[in-house]
Amino acid sequence: MGARDFLQHSALSATDGQRRHEADVLVIGGGPAGTWAAVSAAAQGARVVLADKGFCGTSGATAPSGTGLWHVSPEGTARADAKAARFAMGGHLAEHAWMDRVLAQTWDNVERLKEWGYPFPADEEGRLRCNSLQGPEYMRLMRKRVKASGARILDHSPALELLVDEHGTVCGATGVNRQSGETWVVRAGAVVIATGGCAFLSKALGCNVLTGDGQLMAAEVGASLSGMEFSNAYGLGPAFSSVTKSLFYNWATFYDRDGKPVEGAGSSRGRSIIAQTLQTQPVFACIDRADAQVRAWMRTAQPNFFVSFDRQGIDPFTQHFPVTLRLEGTVRGTGGLNLVDDSCATSVPGLYAAGDAATRELICGGFTGGGSHNAAWALSSGFWAGAGAAAFGQDARSAGAHRPALRAGGVALNTRGATPFDSQAVVRAVQDEVFPYERNWFRQGEVLDASLARLDALWAQLRGSAPAASAAEAVRAREAAAMLATARWMYRSALQRTETRGMHRRREHGALDPAQHHRLLSGGLDEVWVQRQAVQNEAAAEVTA
Amino acid sequence: MIELISAERCTACNICVNACPTNVFEAVAGGPPRIARQDDCQTCFMCELYCPEDALYVAPIADRRATAEEREPATAALMGSYRSAVGWGRGRTSTASADASYELLGRAH
Repeated sequence: MGARDFLQHSALSATDGQRRHEADVLVIGGGPAGTWAAVSAAAQGARVVLADKGFCGTSGATAPSGTGLWHVSPEGTARADAKAARFAMGGHLAEHAWMDRVLAQTWDNVERLKEWGYPFPADEEGRLRCNSLQGPEYMRLMRKRVKASGARILDHSPALELLVDEHGTVCGATGVNRQSGETWVVRAGAVVIATGGCAFLSKALGCNVLTGDGQLMAAEVGASLSGMEFSNAYGLGPAFSSVTKSLFYNWATFYDRDGKPVEGAGSSRGRSIIAQTLQTQPVFACIDRADAQVRAWMRTAQPNFFVSFDRQGIDPFTQHFPVTLRLEGTVRGTGGLNLVDDSCATSVPGLYAAGDAATRELICGGFTGGGSHNAAWALSSGFWAGAGAAAFGQDARSAGAHRPALRAGGVALNTRGATPFDSQAVVRAVQDEVFPYERNWFRQGEVLDASLARLDALWAQLRGSAPAASAAEAVRAREAAAMLATARWMYRSALQRTETRGMHRRREHGALDPAQHHRLLSGGLDEVWVQRQAVQNEAAAEVTA
Repeated sequence: MIELISAERCTACNICVNACPTNVFEAVAGGPPRIARQDDCQTCFMCELYCPEDALYVAPIADRRATAEEREPATAALMGSYRSAVGWGRGRTSTASADASYELLGRAH
């Protein structure tokens, strides 16, 4: 049975799915947030299934990378300083209480990582230093912990749509195994969306599994998003390479093709100059401000950074190499599913969100460099979402395990048109609107309007197209549709915010407008909506003082 | 992107088929897997880390296939170089314990 056979009708039958599983909690996504959610839910006694689109352990932005971690001592003023450090950069949109809880939970979870044997390095005084994680090592360990917790892992098993009961409470998901082609159904008391952000298949490191699938599924059951205007993060890296790790460019000089330094260009504050310059000419970098000691540290800190250079025969410390900025969208942006309480619940009963799939404005406001804060957010929000979903899911399943379920998937699944859905063409069309620096790095009302007109028309066309013809095609079609939906939430929110705040830059509104110190919630699919919400942040004055 | 599976080194264990997060490989009965969907490769190098035989080579070029020239110097010398740098494999120690990021993070800002 292919995907098409069961997708014509919206009620789930008892015989649907070639593989069927029952669980208290279904976690969709097996990166840091998903694995912490699974471990945390299982610790509450929940029966847990974790479904990953790829392979839990290698999937996602963290596994192939090294990542900083916002691990800050509770002693002295360290945490107050850490909170204040990026508060203005984030446009004053972070919330004191959430930053406090993430710092505390991250500290606790690092203690667990130590117990589980993660080999943190020790400094000269013999103290373990825990503000960095090596992705391959970390995620291999997390996979082991998920297995040890008793949770069941389904690899290569993308979810296609959520299941809801007659009240709209989420009660599972359906999907396919993209290697065997078999369909699966997981009936669950609650679902955690931990599918990551959306990087629009830009080939930024580890990001091509991150296409916004969870956000699409959540929006189909009525969940809202927040901060989708903070979605234009671009990773800096060699033009030929996928390795968008930008820490080391703090020691770089940027040059034009004649070897003359580009005035004002830099990795952090000067990145706009790089984006501006790349619109008309290539930009080159050379990490020529690193001394021998720094170079040696770099080799041990990020082995993957050097793989690209070594294999292309480039010495990045002495030779000029071309750089580019790859869109990392909401992966290093901060927008995502809106959360309504401390357990990382969404507004939809039974649906929780964690990691980059959820908004990170709560701790970052409108800016994050990825890594550090996002890594702390993933392991904290995953932990809370897992526990929250376990409590909800165990209750829901004891109340009635076999409620009738409805399939919530729309576009590419439950449509009636005859025109085939050309996933590749949709992906290219979305990329054409979101990749260009002149559209997305620097935003402008009329340019956003023009993009939205084309994106909305494309959505209408997809809604009238034929359902995907096979399981494999359904996966690609849903990815393309999720990218398209994400682009529309992004640009509709960006249009509404007529100021420059955090990473969101409007050409014609270059300054921060104190009157727009609010969040922008968004959602909807056929009709995209955006509305303002106040920031809960009584302590803002104290932080900025 | 993934460019090579060494027929001499590969033992057809198919670990890469499972470990690849973007499902690039396909198992082939009685032999090494094949690179079935090269365009889906995201150049994350994870397959190399999981290959116990150092039988795979990922060229660092993200957006196009490597030319014959770019693949050539790769073969013997560079296969397994990343796994060795990460300290994975029998008789090796994970280099995560030597991670000097804390030195750099303190100096970057």
